[in-house]
Amino acid sequence: MEFVVSHLLTLILFIPSLAALAMLFLPREEVRLIRWVALIASLIPFFLSLWLWLRFDPSRQGFQFEELYDWYPAIHSSYHLGIDGISLTLVVLTTLLTSLGVLASFSITDRVKAYMILFLFLETGLLGVFMSLDLLLFFVFWEVGLVPMYFLINQWGSANRNYASLKFILYTMAGSLGLLLAIQLIGVVSGTFDLPLLFQRWTSLAGDARLLGLPVSTVKAIAFWAFVIAFAIKVPVWPFHTWLPDAHTEAPTAGSMILAGVLLKLGAYGFLRLVLPLYPVESRIYAGALAFLATMAIIFGALGAYGQDDFKRLVAYSSINHMGFVVLAIAAAAWAAGTPNAVIALNGAVLQMFNHGLSAAGMFFLVGVIYERTHTRDLNAYGGLFALLPAYGGILIFTAMASLGLPGLGGFISEFLVVRGAWPVFTLATALSMVGLLFTGVYVLKAIKKVLHGPLNERWSGHLKEINAREAVVIAPLMALSLVIGLWPAWILDVINRAVSMWF
Amino acid sequence: MHFPILSVIIFTPLAAGLLILLLPAERKTEIRVIALAAAAVSLLLSIWVYASYQTAAGGYQFVERLPWLPALGISYYVGVDGISVPLMLMAGLVVLTGVMISWNIEDRPREFFSFLLILGTSVFGVFASLDLFQLFFFYELAVFPKYLMIVVWGWPKTREYGAMKLTLYLFIGSVVSLVGALAMYFAAGQHTFDMLALERAGYSTAFQRLWFPVVFFGFAVLGGIFPFHSWAPDGHVAAPTAVSMLLAGVEMKVGAFAALRVAIMLMPEGAQMWRWLILGLATINVVYGAWIAMIQTDFKYVIGFSSISHMGLVLIGFATLNHDGLVGSGMQMFSHGVMTALFFAVVGMVYDRAHTRDLTRLGGLYRKMPWAAIGFIIAGLVSMGMPFFSGFVAEFPIFMGMWQTAPAVALVAVLGVIITAAYILRVVGRVFFGELPAELAGVGDVTVLDKLAVAMLSVVMVALGVYPSLMVPLVESGVQHVLSLVGGA
Repeated sequence: MEFVVSHLLTLILFIPSLAALAMLFLPREEVRLIRWVALIASLIPFFLSLWLWLRFDPSRQGFQFEELYDWYPAIHSSYHLGIDGISLTLVVLTTLLTSLGVLASFSITDRVKAYMILFLFLETGLLGVFMSLDLLLFFVFWEVGLVPMYFLINQWGSANRNYASLKFILYTMAGSLGLLLAIQLIGVVSGTFDLPLLFQRWTSLAGDARLLGLPVSTVKAIAFWAFVIAFAIKVPVWPFHTWLPDAHTEAPTAGSMILAGVLLKLGAYGFLRLVLPLYPVESRIYAGALAFLATMAIIFGALGAYGQDDFKRLVAYSSINHMGFVVLAIAAAAWAAGTPNAVIALNGAVLQMFNHGLSAAGMFFLVGVIYERTHTRDLNAYGGLFALLPAYGGILIFTAMASLGLPGLGGFISEFLVVRGAWPVFTLATALSMVGLLFTGVYVLKAIKKVLHGPLNERWSGHLKEINAREAVVIAPLMALSLVIGLWPAWILDVINRAVSMWF
Repeated sequence: MHFPILSVIIFTPLAAGLLILLLPAERKTEIRVIALAAAAVSLLLSIWVYASYQTAAGGYQFVERLPWLPALGISYYVGVDGISVPLMLMAGLVVLTGVMISWNIEDRPREFFSFLLILGTSVFGVFASLDLFQLFFFYELAVFPKYLMIVVWGWPKTREYGAMKLTLYLFIGSVVSLVGALAMYFAAGQHTFDMLALERAGYSTAFQRLWFPVVFFGFAVLGGIFPFHSWAPDGHVAAPTAVSMLLAGVEMKVGAFAALRVAIMLMPEGAQMWRWLILGLATINVVYGAWIAMIQTDFKYVIGFSSISHMGLVLIGFATLNHDGLVGSGMQMFSHGVMTALFFAVVGMVYDRAHTRDLTRLGGLYRKMPWAAIGFIIAGLVSMGMPFFSGFVAEFPIFMGMWQTAPAVALVAVLGVIITAAYILRVVGRVFFGELPAELAGVGDVTVLDKLAVAMLSVVMVALGVYPSLMVPLVESGVQHVLSLVGGA
């Protein structure tokens, strides 16, 4: 028991991988067994992370549940884990969405074993990013999560999966090259990859010192942009977003849930955990540019979503739109670090990450549900389905409203906080973003109208099955959490707020 | 007198190879079993050496020394340090898996296995040599099995060409090195080929600057350095599978290792002067090799050129002459050896069954041979430098080494990483996924021994990637010695 308590993060991190390795030895034909083993293997870390939440003490400074072991001493990298309120929120989101994703994948029938194994490996990759307190370890998990996701898209995706998966991995890897180089540089200059140490050593490098024959400020600015581009591709921020619609659209349903729900958060988390603390000066200098890009992402993401006829692609573009608010908040906080506005904006950013995780995963799941029944994602092929599928229709409307940011649901709280925090800092960008919010309403309503309302497309009458119990179990927690946060956000904001206040 | 473990590792394959030649050709089972047993003995003993090497003490251990030609100052002198111990292990692994995947060879198996084992003795011998003459002896011992195996068992279309090209290139390279080595012998004036003595010979700066490139580039031909690399892809492709594994996996490391041991360690001031040229050429290796791999249409050529790219990183690590770069190179030599052996093994498995290596005519083989596919994917991830695989823990320190001496090299060489990702994913997609062509419908799965070989090689790479400390302290202890010679520059 003592071991469990002191190694809680390690257990949460590696139980999925260990289970995946154990599953290698299950017979391929035992599909039901494999599914249930995978579900249980994803539920254990979920419940452990809930326990983590309960044991977490928001009022304590710094990181908690730290673990520190030698990993690669020759280059001063260690296995250093730890979480604060920001990462805790995302760890819980990840374990929740992975469990729901596994459950949603019960409808997969092709090579179930390989699929589930990859899905569990993916969870470890994602969690590792949120837990790492070592820059190299961060990069390790950052990069390694790409592999299972690549194969999930490439093997279980829809028609255009080869193109989409290759674009996804090459885009992300190419974006990470700069990050890789910058991390190496930081390691060489600082003699450590340990984040708490780097927060002091790397930031204290300043003044007239020279690195590699260049002034420190120049080197730092270049390294700053290397970080920013890597994370901006992942978020994604306009104009680095073009991999996203393809990858999200072609991925299998649960893959899209994780992509939108968790993978995009890695980029935003990178900004919060690394860019702002490691580059406070550069962040402030370039905050305006970042705010501009965020505004573009919000507006173009919404317009792009509106322009789609493919239901899944529409939802994919909506992620660009919503994640734009996270980046806007980060930009505002970078500019106004140390002020209440920064804290409010970042509260909004972290909560928006959580909320978007819920709503985007829900939306992708619902797209998957309707696709499994109709085998089309063409919005013009639906029509009037509310009459046939009232329960599904109700759920879809609810989830779409959560995504749109209807007051009373989670999205409203977080977007309000972002706008409230960013308004005094970047008034024009925030105002434009709110116009973008208007377009959000437009495309969400467009989707609802095309799918549920209007004249019934006779093609579907008679044989469409209503959402089943398993699918309801997948979507229910997402809806419930969205509602709870919308009505009473204090329980989660308390954790986030204290962490954000300590940092910024 | 303790148990002569290194000699047993070195000479067991040779003895078994000669024994096999004495057997009647029909007794194929006995021949195979003897080959497997000899390779297994070498591997197990090299694991023993690996496990019992005293890292804290460092230096050369398991030393054996016997007079050989005392009149010329030549002795049989073997010993291993932190850099050669992993290479012994790697060679043992590749020889054994090479025997395993060649199990069903039908064309003159007696000679095949015999020559393969003699090749094994050659590489073990080089890695353990502490005598310069003896190093050349083992180095050249590889020539005849390499040549014969390519010519006799190689790919009919190019085997004469490939074998001739490879032999000439490597022969010229080694002759050039030999000339340099003789110059070193005479300049030292100590009447000895003992490399430990030569380390302390105190060659003049002018001498080192003059002779370093001769020795280094002579050996680096076998290491695949640009522009002397072109024997490698042709040779690898022409060779039968097990020989490709040994050539790319171990022989290229023999070249790099000899370049380090003889050129860099004995003439460190020369290395200081010429490192910029090495850095430049090796960077071309990395990026150009990857690019050429990208545009190949022959499955085996892709892997052949990928070796050029990865060996470039080894040589870059050497040329950094600093701790991180050298540690990375030590790791990369091991990692690349295992990885490329696995690559070529899988290419062979595919070719044996599909009878084509044309990437446009392959496809969908994952369902036919999942073990081979997964093995190839794991080797591919190593190749891409994916974290948690041995390639990452090897390449990352090399890049850190570059940052300390030549940041520009890091910025260029990193392009190799992304190109590698592109060609690996392309090949994986073409060969193992997508539509299964109709003519491949009858393709069968790989054998149990094949699976075992794939598993052995894969496990090593993952284990090392997850927990690099399994090997890094060992390599570090060897690197300390190199640094003490080059002055920690």
